[in-house]
Amino acid sequence: MTALLSVRGLNLNRGGRQVLTEIHLDVLEGELLAIVGPNGAGKSSLLQSLALLTPARFLSYAFAGRPLPLAGGRPSRADGLALRRQLAVVFQEPLLLDATALENAASGLKLRGVNRKEALKRASAWLDRLGVGHLAGRHARELSGGEAQRVSLARALALSPRLLMLDEPFSPLDALTRSALLHDLRGMLAETGTTALLVTHDVTELAHLADRVLVLEAGRIVQAGTPAEVLAEPRTDLVRQMAAIARQTAAALTPLAGANRSGPE
Amino acid sequence: MNLFWEGFRQAGLMLARRDPELLQIAWTTLRISGLATLISMCAGVPLGLLLGLAHFPGRRFVASFVNAAMGLPPVVVGLIVSILLWRYGPLGFLHALYTPGAMVAAQIIIAAPKITGLTMAGIMQLNPRLHLQMQALGANRWQTYWLLIREARLSVVAAIMAGFGAVIAEVGASTAVGANIPGYTRVLSTAIVLESSMGNYDVALALCFILLLLSYAVTAGLTLLQQQRLIGARVQRGGWWS
Repeated sequence: MTALLSVRGLNLNRGGRQVLTEIHLDVLEGELLAIVGPNGAGKSSLLQSLALLTPARFLSYAFAGRPLPLAGGRPSRADGLALRRQLAVVFQEPLLLDATALENAASGLKLRGVNRKEALKRASAWLDRLGVGHLAGRHARELSGGEAQRVSLARALALSPRLLMLDEPFSPLDALTRSALLHDLRGMLAETGTTALLVTHDVTELAHLADRVLVLEAGRIVQAGTPAEVLAEPRTDLVRQMAAIARQTAAALTPLAGANRSGPE
Repeated sequence: MNLFWEGFRQAGLMLARRDPELLQIAWTTLRISGLATLISMCAGVPLGLLLGLAHFPGRRFVASFVNAAMGLPPVVVGLIVSILLWRYGPLGFLHALYTPGAMVAAQIIIAAPKITGLTMAGIMQLNPRLHLQMQALGANRWQTYWLLIREARLSVVAAIMAGFGAVIAEVGASTAVGANIPGYTRVLSTAIVLESSMGNYDVALALCFILLLLSYAVTAGLTLLQQQRLIGARVQRGGWWS
């Protein structure tokens, strides 16, 4: 698989504090790459830097095989905007506009120059696919957390992004809603062949979701590999703890899964 | 109480017979205060947006200066502007003293800080990550600014209403720089003061009612604009973009 996004020497300094140090990473075409780490490790900053939403500096930044011209380690404003228009980002909060669900879902398309009619049509189709089509006319403030996050996801997917970035988008939701959304998301990504980057702190989700994992600690990547590789051969204490939690959760869930399989006829 | 009824009756009569002097005063009032509010809005909303979003050295000082200027007494503004515009003052070459232009300038100094300060507060109340979300959606700089103003429109329209309310009702600055010249710089507020000082309380009250009516008509229009969201929430097909 070729790299859709290839970054070398990413550094981010905020107010004199080094947030990210010498990050090198590749996001491969069609994969779901997860970034995990404890709170404050710099996961969200890394995602935002990759989306060119922070003043991070790069040694090199290439998207779809094309290197981005950099001046002082940063792309120009125009290049940054052109690149962002090939991505979509879903944040932890839905961050919807003061408008209806349909208008929100269409907002990204309109910002990218798609005409109103076409934007509403595509947004409406994505709202339907995410199970919130019946809420199209409802105002954003009247939506529940799960509904709002589905609208936010529809807004991102309607853009048909080359790379979808998800910053712990389901963490504020209850376990049932989160599980349903993750299931839907995995299906949509597989169906559309979209490459995705997911920031999460939930280790148990990794094995089900991610093709590869990057572990971030104190702004540095400390381990990378498939979820099985990372959990089987942890290189730091943190990854060891993560592996232990994942094993405990798997052990706790196995009998339940067995019971479900041999459930009532 | 009779005086109020008499004033109310007078106002009705003046409006019914389309009193030319009244219409002239009302039009001058609307023209001067409307133009001052429009110019203040064009300067104050972008400045409030900038102060609400930007981080630069001295931002807090500028913000506190704007907030302090929100309480500028109109009479002080009028005195300063008239000194500047006196024949031998620094701006005397403009020959603008005792003209509607001078009144507009003074009213801008009164309204602009209010619009700037309240817009800044409205923008600062928005979720700071909304700015990031706009950029992530692919908004360019101007699209981002427009959407943020739109998101803060309750505050921004309230700011414009506060600016208009302050200038349409003020007397001090208009008297100092306009001199209440009949048919030229006489506005409703200065006419009310004049009629009161002459003991014509019924006419003064009639003018008061008309001033309140004018002020209400403009702010009602702005309120409708402000409350569009509430209407929009109940309408399936919204038109916020186009």
